[in-house]
Amino acid sequence: MIPFLIYVAIFVVAFFVVKAIAQRRAISDYGSLKTVTFGDESAVTPNRAASFISILTIFVLWGMFTGSSLLPGFLHAPGPFEGTGTFEYTAQAGDDRDTATVTVLVHPIDTRADAPEVDPGQGWAKNDSVAIGMWRSGLLRVDRNDELGRGEGAILIEINGEKVAPRDSVDVGWGTVTITDKGTPNIQPSKGWQMEPIWLPSPEAVVVRIGEIASDGFRGSTLWEHLGYSLFRVVVGFFFGALVGIPLGYAMGLSNWFRGWFDPIVEFMRPVPPLALIPLVIIWAGIGETGKIILLFLAALWIMAIAARSGVSGVKISKVHAAYSLGASKTQIMRYVIVPNSLPEIFTGARVAMGVCWGTVVAAELVAAEKGAGMMIMVASKFQNTDIVIMGIILIGIIGFSIDLLMRWAERLLVPWKGKG
Amino acid sequence: MSGLSIQGISMRFDLPDGGAVQALKDVSLDLKAGELMSVLGPSGCGKTTLLNIVAGFLAPTDGKMILNGHEIDGPDAERGMVFQQGALFEWMSVRENVGFGPSMKGMPKRDKAEIVDHLLDVVGLQDFKEKAVYELSGGMQQRVALARCLANDPDVILMDEPLGALDALTREKMQSLVLKLWKETGKTIILITHSVEEALLLGERLLVMAPRPGRIHKEYRLPFAEMGVDADLREVKKHPEFAQRREEILGMIWDMEEEIMGRTEAAT
Repeated sequence: MIPFLIYVAIFVVAFFVVKAIAQRRAISDYGSLKTVTFGDESAVTPNRAASFISILTIFVLWGMFTGSSLLPGFLHAPGPFEGTGTFEYTAQAGDDRDTATVTVLVHPIDTRADAPEVDPGQGWAKNDSVAIGMWRSGLLRVDRNDELGRGEGAILIEINGEKVAPRDSVDVGWGTVTITDKGTPNIQPSKGWQMEPIWLPSPEAVVVRIGEIASDGFRGSTLWEHLGYSLFRVVVGFFFGALVGIPLGYAMGLSNWFRGWFDPIVEFMRPVPPLALIPLVIIWAGIGETGKIILLFLAALWIMAIAARSGVSGVKISKVHAAYSLGASKTQIMRYVIVPNSLPEIFTGARVAMGVCWGTVVAAELVAAEKGAGMMIMVASKFQNTDIVIMGIILIGIIGFSIDLLMRWAERLLVPWKGKG
Repeated sequence: MSGLSIQGISMRFDLPDGGAVQALKDVSLDLKAGELMSVLGPSGCGKTTLLNIVAGFLAPTDGKMILNGHEIDGPDAERGMVFQQGALFEWMSVRENVGFGPSMKGMPKRDKAEIVDHLLDVVGLQDFKEKAVYELSGGMQQRVALARCLANDPDVILMDEPLGALDALTREKMQSLVLKLWKETGKTIILITHSVEEALLLGERLLVMAPRPGRIHKEYRLPFAEMGVDADLREVKKHPEFAQRREEILGMIWDMEEEIMGRTEAAT
């Protein structure tokens, strides 16, 4: 909740700050002179400053709540208590009361620490000490070393001079002490607002982990092998899907018989999510490369067939007529009119298909695989290696985005006439 | 025998609800080689259907067409077509569009380049040779379409409202260009239009068609096309006979439209 509120606050503050700065050096291009912008879609362009701040904010928030060393300390959210804290307890046996001190050493969880040595002190209640990891809590039988323990009828009645009964909690400044039903104090040092690395590692931990995995590998394969295998499956599956799907789509766009024959199949298979095919593909082809490639082939096939079909259907009849009356044969019409006319649609389909294939391959690897990006994060999650999981998600995102950029670039280069017909 | 002979063309097609539409009924006409004929009529009179039949895109239910002594069956390079809009190949440059017909015939590159260059000069697009067609204005695109059609050296040129989508000024320039090309190339041209003025200007012969069933209503022989080849078209329009013909034909089409409306109202 707190991180979300901070996020909203940054959003609002950044909006006004950027607006104020932009106003000071206003440019008067055509768009900025429009008075009607609300509802005019063409007047809405992404504000690059907002994009920059948005990305920065995510990393800053991430750093703040993980105590990242990349951020100056004053930006950190309050961390968990670390160091030594004390509280006093008072026990009563009959009418006999005595007070002793408990010393708690709160240490980083990745180091081992022993309970500090303390002087037992005066009276029958002796001083205690315990070591507790950050974000952890611990029960401490304070009466165990006392001369009058639980067996002798001693009960704990006060913490830091405050009367307590079982289930009461007392704030001791650096944490809380709760009395259990049996009268044992449960010591919970303050957790602060920062996330424990096991839930969310800091950005630099993820970066370090990328370096480690890149050089040492993960589960017998290097990082590049994992990502490369995923990409390889996508490329091969998509290639075969396009190889079969595009001619199939053309046939469906050009012949009644093909359209009639394949329409029910394509229309049925198209809404079936490729993920739903994973179990069947595993039964039929196993979890090896063949199964993965068959799955991605099926994911790409229908998308490409439908794209090619609508590319053919989308050809303006006047273009075909014009080509015929210019003396073109059927083959020439195919080669010079129908194929180039359908290319923009096919590229759009290819972009969608690549995106779907990338998602499907990761999901398929989550289920079962020996190598691959999905397998990497799945295995890591089983060992609570959150940094590897986050690293994997980031890399999967970057690769998916790069595939899309690459396809868009190829589209601009190869079909510049898109949408100009 | 040269020229185009249309003999008793009828076109009738069934509707899904069991009814039938008589789009054309017994249309006959003869065009001598080199004649320029405009076709005018209210919407639904079957003029585009007639053009599509002559082009070979549709088969008539009755009748036949003879061009230069052989019967027409299907589209062919001997009958070129210019469409209203959007029939250019946007994946090809202006030069490739104009050279499309010769390419399909497998003409040697040098001969093709010569034809293309000549025609681009004629339509005044030499400077736009390597441009993509979608970078051109509407008027320029129609000039490319004309050049593309001429590059194939067809016997008959069929124009389906080729200037319909252009603005008034561009349209006037294009009308002059059509007349100039007609005179220079001596092609037989059939031009469909919605505009009475255009039909008068661009028709040695003007065919007025009537709807339901589509048929020839009246035919005129007009001097304006011949006059317009050398003169400013605005001067031609000032001719007293021009105004008289325009009123006459407008009145005729107006009456037909009213009759259609009346019939539709009576039916409902």
